[in-house]
Formats: sequence, structure tokens, C-alpha cells
Amino acid sequence: MAFEWLNPLLIATALLLAVVGAVRRVNLWRAGQPESVDFVAGLIAMPGRYLHDLHDIVERDKYMSKTHAATGGGFVLSLLMIILVHLLGINNQVLGWALLASLALMFVGAVFVFKRRLNPPSRLSKGPWMRLPKSLLAFSGAFFILTLPVAGVLPEGAGGALLTIVLSIFIAMGLSEMLLGMTWGGPMKHAFAGALHLAFHRRPERFGGGRSTGLKPVALDQRVLGVQKPEDFKWNQLLGFDACVQCGKCEAVCPAFAAGQPLNPKKLIQDMVVGMAGGSDAQYAGSPYPGKDVGQANGGPLLTMTEGLIDPETLWSCTTCRACVEECPMMIEHVDAIVDMRRFLTMEKGSTPNKGAEVLDNLIATDNPNGHAPTSRMNWAADQNLPLLSDVKETDVVFWVSDGAFDMRSQRILRAFVKLLKAANVDFAVLGDEELDSGDVARRLGDDATFQSLAKRNIATLRQYKFKRIVTTDPHAYHCLRNEYADFADGLFDTIEVLHHTTYLNELVQAGKLKLNSYKGGTVTYHDPCYLGRYNGEYEAPRELLRSLGIKIAEMERSGFRSRCCGGGGGAPITDIPGERRIADMRMDDVQTTGAELIAVGCQQCTAMLEGVVEPRPQVKDIAEILVESLVEPLVQERH
Amino acid sequence: MQPDSSTALDDKGLDLTELDLKIVSLISIGKHPTSGRARRAEQDGRAVELGMVLAEATGDKQNLTVIHAGDSQLEAQQAALRSYAGMGLGAVRVLQMRDSADAINPLSEYLYKHAPDIILTGVHAESGESSGMVPYLLGEALGWPVVPRIANIVSIKNGVAEILQALPRGQRRALAVRLPFIASVDNAAPAPRQSAFGPASRALMDQKVSQSDVDGVRNAWSELPARKRPKRLKVVKAKTGAARLKAATAKPQGAGGKVMKEQSAAEQAQAIFDLLLEEGVLR
Repeated sequence: MAFEWLNPLLIATALLLAVVGAVRRVNLWRAGQPESVDFVAGLIAMPGRYLHDLHDIVERDKYMSKTHAATGGGFVLSLLMIILVHLLGINNQVLGWALLASLALMFVGAVFVFKRRLNPPSRLSKGPWMRLPKSLLAFSGAFFILTLPVAGVLPEGAGGALLTIVLSIFIAMGLSEMLLGMTWGGPMKHAFAGALHLAFHRRPERFGGGRSTGLKPVALDQRVLGVQKPEDFKWNQLLGFDACVQCGKCEAVCPAFAAGQPLNPKKLIQDMVVGMAGGSDAQYAGSPYPGKDVGQANGGPLLTMTEGLIDPETLWSCTTCRACVEECPMMIEHVDAIVDMRRFLTMEKGSTPNKGAEVLDNLIATDNPNGHAPTSRMNWAADQNLPLLSDVKETDVVFWVSDGAFDMRSQRILRAFVKLLKAANVDFAVLGDEELDSGDVARRLGDDATFQSLAKRNIATLRQYKFKRIVTTDPHAYHCLRNEYADFADGLFDTIEVLHHTTYLNELVQAGKLKLNSYKGGTVTYHDPCYLGRYNGEYEAPRELLRSLGIKIAEMERSGFRSRCCGGGGGAPITDIPGERRIADMRMDDVQTTGAELIAVGCQQCTAMLEGVVEPRPQVKDIAEILVESLVEPLVQERH
Repeated sequence: MQPDSSTALDDKGLDLTELDLKIVSLISIGKHPTSGRARRAEQDGRAVELGMVLAEATGDKQNLTVIHAGDSQLEAQQAALRSYAGMGLGAVRVLQMRDSADAINPLSEYLYKHAPDIILTGVHAESGESSGMVPYLLGEALGWPVVPRIANIVSIKNGVAEILQALPRGQRRALAVRLPFIASVDNAAPAPRQSAFGPASRALMDQKVSQSDVDGVRNAWSELPARKRPKRLKVVKAKTGAARLKAATAKPQGAGGKVMKEQSAAEQAQAIFDLLLEEGVLR
């Protein structure tokens, strides 16, 4: 074969340039803030994290998981053997056959990638990503032919100079996509950054089936609070942004995107990359933020992102429902990034939109978001005769009432739950006026100072009393208490169990402490609240409760971990960024397709949002309310 | 409808870059109506907002000085003062004095010495005496005009400020006032911008110990929560919706009084003088 020196030279050059690119890329990430990571353990765990955690998510789309396994697996094996065979010149027939096999595997995968790209869904990015299947085919095909002599299929030196030149062009094309593109910012960047992102993930608890959803606290004595410039992110957050494959799974599930609000999680992550690397978003070839043109945004590592790179409205459109995070095969943390930037807007710029400032002022001055007198927190229970912890000091269950106490609709849920607790003879008490807002809204609006103040004061109150469990009807308070207070509680929550009322009620029902008639109404569907489901993994207890009433749940297409947000999370009803539709209306459309007459909900915020949809629509009831209707009340003893 | 006063300044693009304007906003510790906690007072916050807009229009934020006369040692009060600073002030000047002392003397001494062009205050404080007398007593001490309840400052030209004074139910009165002057800022003025935690916690509390006399009169008083007075029920006899709306929104018309527009200034002054004599204000 002619030009025998050419291909090893090409491979060596590509490898060398890839290393140079890698160093440059690593330096971009290193511009971020320090975050301690166990490097060795992360690297050791990385293959496992890829094969299990990442692949489990990709596996939700069988076509793509098989395609990726063939292409990616074939590529990694091929590359290793290509180095041995074609760079180091090991001329072993068995190795040659093995290389042929892995290249064939990769080629078959690439054919499916190609097929997928013939008519790609709108969520997929186009541009350089359309080039990728061709590069994959070129790489695997050209090396396949080049390897044939090694395996002894073709005689050494078969084909003329022309074939060699054609092959070399394809090889150069394949190598530049696969190796240079990996570290110089092409589509293959996802393999390099993604592997390291899995190794050095900021929330390693998520791997192996774990869950880590609590926001990280802000150190309030920092130079800048929140994230102003890309370099204010932690370095491994920057690394995470680079791992994006632009598959658009996030875009497909984002309720704000569907509602036509100016948010697209995929574009947001790409904008973070633009900010980190500098430049404009003109290269971006996916769906834009609804209502905003691509090509206007400019950023750089030292530039304020909310001035020119990202419209604050984009950040305020997010309901923090975590659907994007749940769907992301690369396990990127979109919500963390959004809240980080919100923190800057609120705590440094003082520019929380619409009612945000008013709500935060109220939380500071009255410990509740609507400015009600702090002494009126127990007015809803004037006729309930609830034991106060400040009187009893000790109890089994603390009923965390939450701010639903001030809202007349939510009070119906609270009353229903109290009735159930009493019927089951539970030893419980409430904090009364000592309870403060959990800080959920303040934290999601970026005011971590107010969140921390509320959390610390709530913790100090809880510390005074003896109890085993906290039960609340509000998934947002539940999430704060269970996942976010521990950062400030100094071990208090090690011995306390925090439960959502559906979990607790299910326990009572299963233990036979509540006698229930079977449900008499029509079809029922269940709406998973984001902060109960995706944030806390509780999908089963509410369903088991409904089943125990004899209800056969007519599930929505988007239920469980794919549940669509009601639009009420993350302070979205407060910041109220306009879109083309309302998120709650879209959720109600989901409900309507099941033909359900009743929506069972486990969250007062969801109840409020879904009941805000104009009639005619199905009834909305909290599970506690549904249970109370079927409760067999213990008879008063007859006198003889 | 009430004119949108919040954007009035922006629309016209108030440009004071030629002026060397010194503005002082006086702030007090507010008190939240339902929780009773110390906070940024609503009117004082508006005074700072207006001061900031004016200072930004001159091109130099340093042209605004925000002053508090009182005790800033307690944590709650410190936090309230910082919540003003969170609007974007680099510093709050505190004329440090005992809580029981009278703020007028140290304030008027300071203001006399530094001679600003505009002094902005709230109409009255949310706690303490809440008499609303501070602008008047300062006006008396400095010999400056006092403009009560302003909604906005529209322009400043040739040493004369064009001011919108707030009247009930969204009405405005345009006034031309020569600098320097003292103005109290009404609730109708643009709402204060959001206070951000970062700048608030980093702002300088520039304390100056000041000489002050104990407010003997006030110290002899004892404070009680205000008792709610029963409200007289309004019997509305209106037949139509429009009439009911009018009855609900109309200000009770005073029986006495007269409007004097045509008469000469001397006649108008005489009429005011006579009224003051009649009411026993002047003797």
C-alpha cells in the first residue's frame, strides 16, 4: 500500500491535537469555583456510573440505547485497537479480526444514527449534529477497509494509490470529528466531558439509584452572592454543561417551554457553554427560547450572564419541576444552575420580577408570604382543639401545617387531615404560631438569606421539643424539611423522620388504624406533585391509598417520574412570566384525556393551580379529602 | 385614573447632569403593621427611591446622602437600616444618639453644616411619636420652605424644581419651588425598589456620634397600642351603580371654606390670616 507512513501520522497528529484541546477545555472548567471532589473514587466509579445510571436513563428510549451502545461501545473498542494496530503497527491477525468486528459494530450503530437523522424530531439539535452520523460512517468504514489486510482478508498493499488517498481523506474526516471534535468543541465533546462529568458529578449521591435534590446553601459572606459570571459556577458545574448531547429530552418535557414561556433547558445549557467559552450563540442549531431569536446572545467567562447572554425572564420561567433533570441522560443539573443565577438577581441586583419583592418582604417581616399577622397562623384551627407543642412539649407526630393555614382552600385539606389523625388516634401536636414559612419560596426565588433565616429559626423551635416524626400536607415544606434543613440542623434530622401526609396515611391505613368504605364516585386520576415525586421519590403511597379505597387509577400519559408540573412551583406564580398558554391548562388537558371526573392531588399548590383552570373540568381534591369522605367514623358508644 | 407616577421620570428622561445637586433622604426605622417588626418604612423608602432617581439623573450616585438619626446598635434596627442600603446605597450615615433623644437638633446641625439642596423625608414615622413634625421643625430651623406630601419631582431648572404634590384620590398639584427645600414624600410616590441582601449586608454604617438632648416631654409619656375606634356606618341611598360608586369614592365635602382664585394675593393672605385667627392658631 502506498503512503504507509500517512495513516499512523494522521492518527498520531489527531491524538496529539486532541490532547492539546483537552488541556484547553480543562482550563475552561478550572476557571470555575473550587469544589472538593474525590477524584480517584470518581474515576473508579465512572464506568459503573456510565453503564448503570446513565444507560438506565438512555434505556427509556430503546432505539437510542441500542444505537448508542453499538456506536459508542464500538468506537471505544475500535479506537484502542486502532492505536495498537495502525499507530503502533502490531500486525496480529486475531487483533485485526477483533478490530474488524468492533468497527462493524460501530458501523451498524452509525447506520441507525444516520437513519434517526433522516427525519429528526424537533427536540434534536441540527447543525454539526447532522454531520455526526456521516463522520461515524466514514470513520468506521474507512478503518474497516484499512484493517482488512491486517486480518488477512486482503493481501498487503491491495488497492492503488487512489484508494489509499480516498481512504485517507475519510480517515482524516473521521479522526477530526471523533478525536479533535471531542476536545475542541464538536458534537463528540459529550463523550470527553460527559465521562469526566460522571466521574466528578456535584451530586454523586444520585448514582446507584440515590436521590439528591436539595439545593446547596449559599455562603452569605461571599464577594458575590449567587452566580453572576460563568466563572462563579463551581468548576464541576461548568464541566457538566459541556457534557450536554443536545438530545432535547429536557426541552420535550419542560412545562415552561411547552407553554411558550421563554425557556428551553437545552438552550440554557448551551448558553452556559457559550458563556464559559466566550462568543455568541449563533452556532446553536436547536429550538430557540420560545419567542426569542437565536444569534443575539453574547457571553464570556468574565461577563455578567444576565446582561446579554440570558434574559432574566428565561430564568424566572422555570417552575423548578426537575423534569429536565430527571430526563437528562447526562445527568446535568439545570435547576441548580437556574437557581444559582436567580440568587444573583435577587440577592445582588434586587430584581425579582412582579410580586417577588413583595413576597420576600413579607417573608422577612411576617414569616409568611402574604403578610398575614404572625399571630393569626392558628386561626384556621380555632374549632379544632389542636394540642400545641409549646404546651405538651412531647409528642409522636408533629403536624407541620405550612402556609396553607392562611388559605381557605388549603384549610379544607388541613381539616381533612386533622380529622384522619384524630380518627386514627394519633398522638400529634402542632407548633401553632411558632411555626414559620418553610422558606421554600424564598429559596426558589433566589433569596437564600431569607431561606436560611427561616430554616434556622424553625430548627431552633423544633429543637425545643421531643418527637419522632414530622408530617406535612405540603410537599414543598416536606422537601425543605427533609432535604434542605439538614445543612443547618447540626444532626437534628438524623433522629427525626419527615413524612408526607400521603406516606403517613398509607401507613395508618395499611396498619388498619383507619377504616374506610370503598369509593363510590367515577373515574379518578392522580397528579404527581413534582416536590413529592421527582424530588422525593414518593410515587407509590398516594396510589396505594387510592387503591385501598377500591379506586382503579386512570393514569395520565405523563405520570410518575414523567409527571407534568402544575405550574405552581419555584415561585412561578409569583414571578408570572407570560407565555402563550398556562401550564395548569395543559395539565388539565392531560387529565381530560383520561376521562377522569376527579383528580386526586397531594399538594395544596397543585390543588390551587388545577382549580384555577376554568370549568367545566374535573373536580380537584387532596387525597386526605377523598379519604375523609370514605372514612368510617368510630361510633359513639351507645348508652344502655 | 391615577397617573402612573412611577414611570413619569423615566418617560421624560430626567437629565440633571449639568447640576451639582446635593440630596439628602432622611430615614427612620419602620414598623410592620401586622408583625410590629422593624423594617424599611414605606414612605421613607419612597424618599430614598426619589433621592436615588434624582442622584442617578445627575450622573453621580454619591450626590445622595441617606441619614438616620437614632440608635443603630440593636440588631433589628441595624437590619432595618441595612434594608434601605440594600436598594443600592454604598453607605448609610447614622447620627448616633440615644433612643430617647430628640432627633431635631443633631439633624438640623448636620444639615445646616452640609447645606444640601433637597431634603426628602417621609410624611410621618411608623413608630415613636409619628407626629409628622420633622420636616416642619427642620424647615423652621433651617429657614427653608417645606413641601408636604409630594408624589414626584419632575424637573429642576435654574434653581427651581417642578414638583407634583399628591392630593387625595390621585389628584396632583404642580408646584414650582426654589431650591433649597424640604419635602415629605407621600405614599403616591413611586414605590421603593427591591432591597437586595448582598449590598445591604456590605453597606457601610457610617456612624457619627452626635450631641443630643433628652426628649423630656416624650419620655414622660407612656406608649399603648392604639385602640380601634368604631367606624360610623355610611348609609348609602343611591339607586344606581354609578351613584353608589360615587358615594363610595367621594371625599366628604367640607361644609365651610371657599375657593379664592380671582382675588389679589393680599386678599387671599388676609382670608388665610382671618381663618387662622378664628381657629385660634394665631393669637
